Amino acid sequence: MSSAVSGARKSLMWLASLLVILFGLLGVGVFTDKTGPTPGLGLDLAGGQQIILQADTTDGSQIDESDINQAVEIIRKRVDATGVAEAEISTQGDRNIVVALPGKPDEATLDLVRRTAQLQFRPVLMEGDPAPVSLDPGTETVEPTTSPTPDEATGSDPTPSPSADAAGEAAPASEVANVKTGLSETTSATPSPEPAEAPVATEPTDPSDMTWITEDLLAEYYALDCFDPANLTGTGGDLGDPDAGFATCNASGTFKYILGPVELTGEDIDTASAGPELNRLGTVLPGKYEVRLSFTGGGGSVFADTTGRIAELPSPRDQFGILLDGVVISAPSVEQSITGGQASITGTFTLDEAQQLANQLKFGALPLTLEVQSEQVISATKGAEELRNGMLAGAIGLILVVIYTMFQYRALGMVTVGSLLVAGGMTYAIITLLSWGLGYRLSLAGVAGLIVAIGITVDSFIVYFERVKDELREGRSLASAVEHAWKRARRTILASDAISFLAALVLYMLAVGGVRGFAFTLGLITIVDLIVVILFTHPVLALLARTKFFGEGHRLSGLDPRQLGRDTMYKGRGRVAGAESSAPTLAERKAAQARAAAGTQDKE
Amino acid sequence: MAQRSSWGNRLHSGEKTYSIVGQRKRWFLVSGVLIALALLILLVKGLNPGIDFRGGTEYTVSGVENTDTTIAVDVVTEALPAEEPRVAQVGPNGIRVQLGELEQARVDDLAADLAEAYGVAETEVSSSFIGPTWGEEVSSKAIQGLVIFLLLVTVVMTLYFRAWRMAAAALVALGHDLLFTAGIYALSGFEVTPASVIGFLTILGYSLYDTVVVFDKVRENTSEIFTQHRYTYAEMANLAVNQTLVRSINTSVVALLPVSAILFLGSYLLGAGTLKDIALALFVGMAVGTYSSIFVATPLEVALRGNEARIKEHTEAVLALRESGQSDVIRPDGSVHVGALTPGHHQGTAAQPKRKRRK
Repeated sequence: MSSAVSGARKSLMWLASLLVILFGLLGVGVFTDKTGPTPGLGLDLAGGQQIILQADTTDGSQIDESDINQAVEIIRKRVDATGVAEAEISTQGDRNIVVALPGKPDEATLDLVRRTAQLQFRPVLMEGDPAPVSLDPGTETVEPTTSPTPDEATGSDPTPSPSADAAGEAAPASEVANVKTGLSETTSATPSPEPAEAPVATEPTDPSDMTWITEDLLAEYYALDCFDPANLTGTGGDLGDPDAGFATCNASGTFKYILGPVELTGEDIDTASAGPELNRLGTVLPGKYEVRLSFTGGGGSVFADTTGRIAELPSPRDQFGILLDGVVISAPSVEQSITGGQASITGTFTLDEAQQLANQLKFGALPLTLEVQSEQVISATKGAEELRNGMLAGAIGLILVVIYTMFQYRALGMVTVGSLLVAGGMTYAIITLLSWGLGYRLSLAGVAGLIVAIGITVDSFIVYFERVKDELREGRSLASAVEHAWKRARRTILASDAISFLAALVLYMLAVGGVRGFAFTLGLITIVDLIVVILFTHPVLALLARTKFFGEGHRLSGLDPRQLGRDTMYKGRGRVAGAESSAPTLAERKAAQARAAAGTQDKE
Repeated sequence: MAQRSSWGNRLHSGEKTYSIVGQRKRWFLVSGVLIALALLILLVKGLNPGIDFRGGTEYTVSGVENTDTTIAVDVVTEALPAEEPRVAQVGPNGIRVQLGELEQARVDDLAADLAEAYGVAETEVSSSFIGPTWGEEVSSKAIQGLVIFLLLVTVVMTLYFRAWRMAAAALVALGHDLLFTAGIYALSGFEVTPASVIGFLTILGYSLYDTVVVFDKVRENTSEIFTQHRYTYAEMANLAVNQTLVRSINTSVVALLPVSAILFLGSYLLGAGTLKDIALALFVGMAVGTYSSIFVATPLEVALRGNEARIKEHTEAVLALRESGQSDVIRPDGSVHVGALTPGHHQGTAAQPKRKRRK
């Protein structure tokens, strides 16, 4: 008996420590100003614009997870570049991308989201330091960081000196690797031989021709500030004119380039992969990685022409820039013509870097289209109204449930109310913590899930209480009835909660749209319900069973044996208190049989 | 008060029994007719797909003083003569306008026009554009989830109850609930939105949850069925349904209370919205779910298991015993008293009086 009490105390201690941990974490978060005291709200409650895009390929080829992640990454960069705070970009299902922008974003931002990223190959014409250079010798340029400043900042002689210190932590100098298998690495750190006197009004003869550099382009190039994060996302997704020169930064902001017109696009790439670097004999070079590229038939021959042409040129024009979404992700130099449609980019990659580049190339190779599936603008007032009404509905539902359980279970209803409070507190803490840690956002469907969960949570208490009553009806004392009922009810509660959780889990994994938010809260509540019923409802009942009020079955306790049809209580030593038992004794049964037999005989 | 609780007591002891399993043919007939009607309505009238399934553009103007819908119609016909707008009032001061697919630039212009016409700020206008395939995507994902869930749940229930017939009966009851709810939707002409799909999916979890609770009692009552010859399987299953009747009623009331709170608040305050759409499906589904867990699932389970050779034999043996007058469960009026099989258990040696301590 006392083991049940100590067990109950232990359970309550566990629950208390769990709550202390949850609210302690939350308290720390709120106190250090890392999170608010309320969970983050989804767009449909906070107001804003949500766009759901579906990725598709025009040629029916498969889209895998890395492609979608790449697309998300690109959209995220573009949106971040526009300075929209707290935009949320996530994937749903296997090919949907959800972009949630708070407030009312402008049309330009929305266009950026909807546009597809493109992979381009352009020959490098000029390469230089990332800092902006003033063309006017009179005004000194303000250098945003301590990186090397071009001394001859007058534009007549921009010295592209991608020295190691300029590279900084991002080490693009090593990424600028040479194409062609097995050739030694060359960092393209030689000064440009032909500086800015290039703008001559002659027709360019080939894509590497310096006449692509017009005066405007040069001005743009000098003004370009690659320390500004906005420019590292391809000037907000600007891909440039494919048939003209283009000035842009590389992805890590350590170089800027002027590039010739587009020679190849993602469509010309068949596939790309990363792997350990092989030497000429095909043996693995330990610790070195390369990215292998294979072109389509047409792409291969164009690539052969391009590489053949630029291999002859002095540095930096022996490089070609690979641009994804208008930013140079790699600019390898070429030493000879690469025929056969196969190339590899080598350099001081780590495996991760090589993998990332390969993924970017593979993504670029996909003829990906992003189709707008749904676009919603929710006014902040409407969202707030919906939230208020949802809370109101929840509160009314809760009050009704409390009234009903009090009516039905009397004082036992108080245990239900207490359990609901604990469950509510725990759910609130978990959701707020999730919204802090994992960026979970409560949506309207999630609120609906919470309201519906009230009923499902209370049901496990009902199952348990009805069991206790059953056991009381069978003549147990309350303390023993509680223990026996718990053993049986636990099975039922576990089984039915398992089914509920399974439903929530499957829905969450597979569904798209609001269904997910709903499934999430439903699954969460199912777990909270289990914790509460095991660590709170049962221990509390076990302790209450020992109080005079409940244990002796006060009329208002809801557990009055007399109201449960147990007028008789076994008092021990063969004595029974109260009237006759409801189950007939053997003697009564025999007498009844005899009566029945006599009755039938009479009729005959 | 006393009557109500004693009703529960009499149900528990078997003193009062509703012959739910015994009259299963009647319930099957009722459900069969209802399902046939639901199917007929679904086929003839069909569901009314919401804008999410049709595709198009929807505006909601909130905080409107004058809820005259003709204002919106005028605004739309002036800007886009080709469109046929569906305008409705939602809630006490909201206007909803539904249109076909529009160009992006037009969407914002029209939002501004509507705001001006109703004299509210432009931020009060919510708009949503839904591509024609988005609704399909939502529902195809939902159906995919449904199929996987059903497969998993069949496996889990078969393992838990150690009887595939129980799983089968639960699934039939589930199908019954879903079809019936869909039928109500078709009949009432309510729009089917992704939120209603959420509602449908919850019914799925709830209906099974409810059935599992009843089946658990059936399993408990019939676990030692072959060790006695007083009662048949059907009688014990029926007792289980009766014993869980109070719980079923309490549960469904408790589950329906919050849902109806959303539903009525939704109808009077919110107008059409996610909450209301979910609540409607849930309200119908939960009510039917409770009905089916009592009147469909268990009778069906008995009907299915009644064909098992062992149970058939046992039933015959029980009836033969009663025929011969050896059974002690016949009441004087000739009815059968189905009650607890085991009025008490041996409580184990620990429950025996302690031995007196000797020196």
